[in-house]
Amino acid sequence: MTGFRTLLYKEMLRFWKVSFQTVAAPIITALLYLLVFSHVLEGRVEVYPGVSYTAFLIPGLAMMSLLQNAFANSSSSMIQSKVTGNIIFVLLPPLSHAEFYWAYIVAAVVRGLMVGLGVFSVTLVTVAVPVPHPFWALVFALLGGGILGALGLIAGIWADKFDQLATFQNFIIVPLTFLAGVFYSIHSLPPFWQAVSHLNPFFYMIDGFRFGFFNASDVPPTTSLVVVAICFAALSFIALQMIKRGWKLRH
Amino acid sequence: MAAAIEVRQVYKRYGDVQALDGVDLTVAPGEFFALLGPNGAGKTTLISVLAGLARADRGTVRVMGFDVRENYREARRALGVVPQELVFDPFFTVRETLRIQSGYFGLRHNETWIDEVIERLDLAAKADANMRALSGGMKRRVLVAQALVHKPPVIILDEPTAGVDVELRQGLWGFVRQLNAAGHTIVLTTHYLEEAETLCSRVAMLKNGRVVALDTTRNLLAGVSGIHLKLRLDPDRLPPGLAEQSVPGPEGYRVLAIQKHADIPDLMIALRQGGIAVQELELLQPDLEEAFVQIMGRR
Repeated sequence: MTGFRTLLYKEMLRFWKVSFQTVAAPIITALLYLLVFSHVLEGRVEVYPGVSYTAFLIPGLAMMSLLQNAFANSSSSMIQSKVTGNIIFVLLPPLSHAEFYWAYIVAAVVRGLMVGLGVFSVTLVTVAVPVPHPFWALVFALLGGGILGALGLIAGIWADKFDQLATFQNFIIVPLTFLAGVFYSIHSLPPFWQAVSHLNPFFYMIDGFRFGFFNASDVPPTTSLVVVAICFAALSFIALQMIKRGWKLRH
Repeated sequence: MAAAIEVRQVYKRYGDVQALDGVDLTVAPGEFFALLGPNGAGKTTLISVLAGLARADRGTVRVMGFDVRENYREARRALGVVPQELVFDPFFTVRETLRIQSGYFGLRHNETWIDEVIERLDLAAKADANMRALSGGMKRRVLVAQALVHKPPVIILDEPTAGVDVELRQGLWGFVRQLNAAGHTIVLTTHYLEEAETLCSRVAMLKNGRVVALDTTRNLLAGVSGIHLKLRLDPDRLPPGLAEQSVPGPEGYRVLAIQKHADIPDLMIALRQGGIAVQELELLQPDLEEAFVQIMGRR
């Protein structure tokens, strides 16, 4: 366990030492989205009855920031270590495959939670959003962070250059999070795009998370939970296999 | 007792390059062993396979009796590797780096040993400096410290003195010798053959992924054929009959290769007949470099 704890500590210290960039900056970005969108759309759009657009937007933005930062943490740590060569410091010691995997995932979740909570607490100044089901919100936050942490780890191991990682991030992660219903309910979409949205696993993460706040969601939260849990299990299995085989890590 | 390192019929291919081509090697516990060979001979590949950074296509590799794949955790715990590349983590200080490395090996209260390693490698003044702020030589010392942080029974140093000043080199070898005396097995690769000659009791030479020589340093030196005679001549020229025996030597000197000591009187006569006076004469002892050149030149 000491090996796991140390790697987790190192991964957290790594982002914490540059927390302006890794925690504060994404919170500011989310606030800017909130300011602009709520200014433009407040009073014009009502997604759930009795819920203002700004209040609707806050949990989605917090979750989107959480997800993107969980991905950024594991992926950037991995690619930096590979490119600079200091990955050998974690490859030489007797860390088990599971210790290696969980340290990266937990650190990614922690950074995601810090950013997500940061967004949420700063927005409390404008609108106090109630949390009637905190347990549901927490479960989706943890699983969503875990999924993105695992995706980040996989992408970081796969990529040989920063460029490839940026492609993965900009062409897959960002579109899928943006189109997951952060800024709208998918019920406002034409039927075709609604169907497409149901294929996007990020939609279930955000929809399930939002259920914790509004007691309302586009699909039942249990359905979302099943989808999200299956995704996390599948990605964990893939990442663990990659680590076990040493794919792109041990030549 | 299990061998410190046991390599059996190991093959490793990278694309078109057969990096390791059936390597067999055993290093006994407590040995000070040199792994020599020209660039691209497979030294670093072999070390990577031992450390689990690369995986052999075929063959078995054990460290202290532990298979590096089947029992990777035990094998890695028994091994400390100083890599050739000057790598570091720019986020941390020297002490943080060593504490973290210690933790990876499952050691939590390791401060006493970390302090000692810092002291012995002359890192105390920089212990709380960020890794980025260190000079190349200092970074190299930290790499050595990282490899020693878990007191591994087997220590591999892949060209630890490349680009390192004389003072550190002396200090480093003093420390490594002490570790060896305390029972640690040391495997060393270096381009400074005189280092290998003075430090190592046994030598393996690699060429194109194969072991072309594996013997005690003493036997390898004894196997060097021919004797070298270093001369300062006035005038500085060689009579025609001797010119073909000339081999490269230091500026201002002529070095002649002869088969046996009994050839020396004839050589002197030839010089005197050519009107050349001998101002200095030295019989050169065969060194590891000569053995290396001869062995690498074969085939």
